Amino acid sequence: MVGGDVAAVEVRDVVVRYGDTTAVDGVSLSAPRGRVLALLGHNGAGKTSLLQVCEGFRKPDAGTVRILGMDPVAEHDALMPRLGIMLQSGGVYPWAAAGEILRLFASFAANPLDTEMLIDRLGLRAVEKTRFRRLSGGEQQRLSLAVALVGRPELVFLDEPTAGMDTEARHTTWQLIEELRADGVSVLLTTHLLDEAERLADDVVIMRSGQVAATGTPAELTAAAGIDLLEVRADPGLDLTGLKARHEVAESSPGEYAITGALDTRALADVLGWFAGVDAHVTALSSRRRTLEDVYLSLTRQTTTTVGAAK
Amino acid sequence: MRTVIARQIRMELVLTARRGEAVVLAMGVPLLVLLGAGLTHATNLPTDDRLGFVVPGVLALTVMSTAFTGQAITTGYERSYGVLKRLGASPLTRPGLLLAKTAAVLVQIVFQVLFLGLVGVVVGWRPELSHLLPAAGVTVLAAAGYSGLALLLASVLKPETTTGAATLIYVLMLSVGGIMFAAPDLGTAGWFLLPLAAHAEALRDTLSGGGSIPLSIWLALGAWAVVWLTAAARKFRWE
Repeated sequence: MVGGDVAAVEVRDVVVRYGDTTAVDGVSLSAPRGRVLALLGHNGAGKTSLLQVCEGFRKPDAGTVRILGMDPVAEHDALMPRLGIMLQSGGVYPWAAAGEILRLFASFAANPLDTEMLIDRLGLRAVEKTRFRRLSGGEQQRLSLAVALVGRPELVFLDEPTAGMDTEARHTTWQLIEELRADGVSVLLTTHLLDEAERLADDVVIMRSGQVAATGTPAELTAAAGIDLLEVRADPGLDLTGLKARHEVAESSPGEYAITGALDTRALADVLGWFAGVDAHVTALSSRRRTLEDVYLSLTRQTTTTVGAAK
Repeated sequence: MRTVIARQIRMELVLTARRGEAVVLAMGVPLLVLLGAGLTHATNLPTDDRLGFVVPGVLALTVMSTAFTGQAITTGYERSYGVLKRLGASPLTRPGLLLAKTAAVLVQIVFQVLFLGLVGVVVGWRPELSHLLPAAGVTVLAAAGYSGLALLLASVLKPETTTGAATLIYVLMLSVGGIMFAAPDLGTAGWFLLPLAAHAEALRDTLSGGGSIPLSIWLALGAWAVVWLTAAARKFRWE
């Protein structure tokens, strides 16, 4: 019906408003098939609102959304069997047993996964007959994940999938998501866990105040800034005037020079060239590369300036 | 799609049976009223044929308790738990979910009416089965109106408020709806204000009296169905 070249998610200039509040403010993004895209952002950044629009729960106030090439509102019923949806919470009858719910959703699917396998994989065997409202938060999350996956969806939306899970369940979930990708399933997930995004995501979209602050692969996002701290050990008490004109530098302790800022290869050569130029004896070098967390924090803390990596 | 809806109907019925208070409200109260008011002289009735008055009223009451009270409460909570949202976004689809819910309510009503009717017959009520068709017709109209009002309440109120309001309306209707006592005589306007009284009277006219249903009752219950279903269709919220 739809070729493999159609994007899993195609969002153009989407705006979502709740009364006077603008939750999503002109977001565009594209998620190719068979990849994992992570939406990163603080609470209130607009991640869930954007997801709601993609899942067809509400119409965007402006802009267009295409999911697997289809309109999620107008073509809702035709699209739903191809999607797996995990809400942030709830979505299950409190009086229904975990196994009952999973089997109910399996019975909706044309070609469901083996429910027994899912129950074992997600560690739900012991609570299979337990009613949903008696499950712990992590167990409820795992059941919701199983329900999202049981219909063999082509595209999965996961809203903070590992929230409330313990470490073991989190790793199982990550493994499942990696298996989904290996099977060619597309995944769009929201998270505010940076290690989750760094480990799972092929592409990251960082959202801030309803807008896209940056997009790229984790490597691109962290490499965009290159090295952000270079420490040089050399003779103490060097006159830094010449270097200070071009870089941010300080002698943090005698003979320890810290050069900060976004340092690309050319800048590094320039710094070391300066040390060579003043005949200093460099005895040690250390550098620190930015992590996704640094990128995220620097982006989400800024409120007005436009970010270089933003689209 | 048929299997999908059938599975959902089954789930709805299993979950209803699991909730004790729903079963008591739907079966226990009508049964108590039937036996209490039908077999003893605990209340004053405008007729000597106590069973002929009480049994049709109890049948009307159970339709209201399932289609209105029960449905309003469960739908309100299912909405707040995100169940409607999640199921509507499954291959079941939203129309499928509504269809399954309607079918589940109808199945419950059929079972409850059969059971209570049978109890009535056992204790001595003799219904005019030849008038079953108009009785069934007026029951479908009543159930449609109740469902509309139930879905409307569940969409505009919080679940706790819905539960309170639906229970209050149930108790009010039980007291003034002409089930255990005669309904207040408000003339034709009464049928429009008290659908339970109108439905009970229609069932009495047909099943106990072997007569026909006054046009004003058809109109009253028809108006309830149209008004509340239209309002529900406009205001219904999935989340």
